[in-house]
Amino acid sequence: MERDPRVCVIGEDVGHYGGSYKVTKDLAGKYGDLRVLDTPIAENSFTGMAIGAAMTGLRPIVEGMNMGFLLLAFNQISNNCGMLHYTSGGQFKIPVVIRGPGGVGRQLGAEHSQRLESYFQSIPGIQMVACSTPYNAKGLMKAAIRSDNPVILFEHVLLYNLKERIPDEEYVLNLEEAEMVRPGEHVTILTYSRMRYHVMQAAKTLVNKGYDPEVIDIRSLKPFDLYTIGNSVKKTHRVLIVEECMRTGGIGASLTAAITENFHDYLDAQIVCLSSQDVPTPYAGTLEEWTVVQPTQIVTAVQQLCR
Amino acid sequence: MALTRRSSTLLKPLTTFIPSTRLFSTSSDSTINVEIAVPFKGHQIDPPSQSVTTTASELMTFFSEMSRMRRMEIAADSLYKAKLIRGFCHLYDGQEAVAIGMEAAITKKDIIITAYRDHCLYLGRGGTLLETFAELMGRKGGCSKGKGGSMHFYKKDSGFYGGHGIVGAQVPLGCGLAFAQKYSRDENVSFILYGDGAANQGQLFEALNMAALWDLPAILVCENNHYGMGTAEWRAAKSPAYYKRGDYVPGLKVDGMDAFAVKQACKFAKDHALKNGPIILEMDTYRYHGHSMSDPGSTYRTRDEISGVRQERDPIERIRKLILAQDISTEKELKDIEKEIRKEVDQAIVQAKESPMPDPSELFTNVYAKGYGVEAFGADRKEVRAVLP
Repeated sequence: MERDPRVCVIGEDVGHYGGSYKVTKDLAGKYGDLRVLDTPIAENSFTGMAIGAAMTGLRPIVEGMNMGFLLLAFNQISNNCGMLHYTSGGQFKIPVVIRGPGGVGRQLGAEHSQRLESYFQSIPGIQMVACSTPYNAKGLMKAAIRSDNPVILFEHVLLYNLKERIPDEEYVLNLEEAEMVRPGEHVTILTYSRMRYHVMQAAKTLVNKGYDPEVIDIRSLKPFDLYTIGNSVKKTHRVLIVEECMRTGGIGASLTAAITENFHDYLDAQIVCLSSQDVPTPYAGTLEEWTVVQPTQIVTAVQQLCR
Repeated sequence: MALTRRSSTLLKPLTTFIPSTRLFSTSSDSTINVEIAVPFKGHQIDPPSQSVTTTASELMTFFSEMSRMRRMEIAADSLYKAKLIRGFCHLYDGQEAVAIGMEAAITKKDIIITAYRDHCLYLGRGGTLLETFAELMGRKGGCSKGKGGSMHFYKKDSGFYGGHGIVGAQVPLGCGLAFAQKYSRDENVSFILYGDGAANQGQLFEALNMAALWDLPAILVCENNHYGMGTAEWRAAKSPAYYKRGDYVPGLKVDGMDAFAVKQACKFAKDHALKNGPIILEMDTYRYHGHSMSDPGSTYRTRDEISGVRQERDPIERIRKLILAQDISTEKELKDIEKEIRKEVDQAIVQAKESPMPDPSELFTNVYAKGYGVEAFGADRKEVRAVLP
């Protein structure tokens, strides 16, 4: 925001309140009420407003207080945000960033635990990224703001408390690149967002059992970084996808299809995809645990895959 | 019969038409005073004056521009029937006064955004007939390179932001445009056009609330042609007084078939919006064609109603009578102008037909802005990372 006066933030309680997860804390005091705009509860309209403002050259960042609320703005995101660059023959660029916390939290209930990446993934014209660590959150956010395309940045409710030492100097990460978390030889585990931590936990157990998993945080949900993923598949020949999306029509389903289409000859075994159950997330803690993929399930899956 | 119950309100004839003050000189730019026949109705605001000054050249411009728009729409009708235009085609004939009056009151730096009935507004904003017809026929020479179609006309350099297919979705976009204007403090306004059907959309009220809250220079213009596709306004809206719907936002009801009324109202609205925030204009207008080309337009209204409005309130005829009464031109000259325009339109169609279809490679261009992403670099700035195929 300091570098470019056209960058502004639009969302509910982003200004004086500082953001429901304190992401925009202190920004209103520094940049004023017009640049950090507190909106009424009208997701469809303020997302539409952000897109309209982006058409003239501003670079708004829309915050959905919870990603699930952005379902109300689906029309604006799909029809206007994604398609205007195309239907105007390139006349308008929509440099908007739509971000917010999503994913399954701690007993937040069904409506506040939605994974919207699966609903948005078909919209042509948008890019989707999911951050997972403080380091990549900062880099991806900067890249998303500077990008001339509409970018949806998926954060996770449970990852806001992570602490990490990050460089003071400026850095910008590549929006379409996947991150190699742990190189290995036996199996490629593809994951993103919070599941990365479950996978790393399972990886510790797996290493003790003698396996050598390669863990890749795909980060870019649309388009997939098939270059990094492909190189990994060519090395290990086995793929396990661990995601928090639902089984039906989720990111894992598309990723399975993409890998099978492109790297079928390199696979020694069927791609295994571990996803959340196709149910609304229940409130009860134990039930909620069972809807999401747990590290023990990942260990079992790798063991079966590498037999 | 229920269909004709409300049709009598549409036929408010122009009986009190007073072209006054003939000036001594007959030079083409002498001012003429025109009285607007149908009085403005204001909601929470005092309406502007009923008299407007104009010049002979402005009258002639109005006449030729409106005739061009009318001719273009009729030509589009025949092109559609000849299957050269496919899909949806929503025609604007009958409503030209709104487009012309608005253009006369504003500059190209002000913004107009509308829904899918956008051909004439595009023309008014500076688009050419060739670009229009090429886009309608899906050719490369069209304003959106053939990739948008009838509902997606845009012209960024003259502030025309489209061209939107989903009813009502352009209203929040328009408020965003007004927000950007306020953000950059450039003293321009946004005219956000929508129809009587879209007036019942929730996002309109959401956007209006925000526009009023932040004093955005947004002018919401309801082009009330009394029918939302096949549903008459009294069947869709409990309160068809759309200019009053703003509640805390002032509104003005305008005779949308009178180009001077529209011009006066738009000037007034622009001044108001720059000082006090949003205002709603309701243009009482009428479309001769059906909702789109697949709609004959006569199942929900009678042919008598349509021809009645055409006789009593047609915007082009009004200007023609004014020109003849003021002795600015003769009947024959006006007919010649119309013939010229007809030729112009036919020529544009011929040229547009010659324009080629877009290249197959165009399928994938403009999905994203210049490839993807942005330059990425690490914290030490030495390594530029990632090379993707």
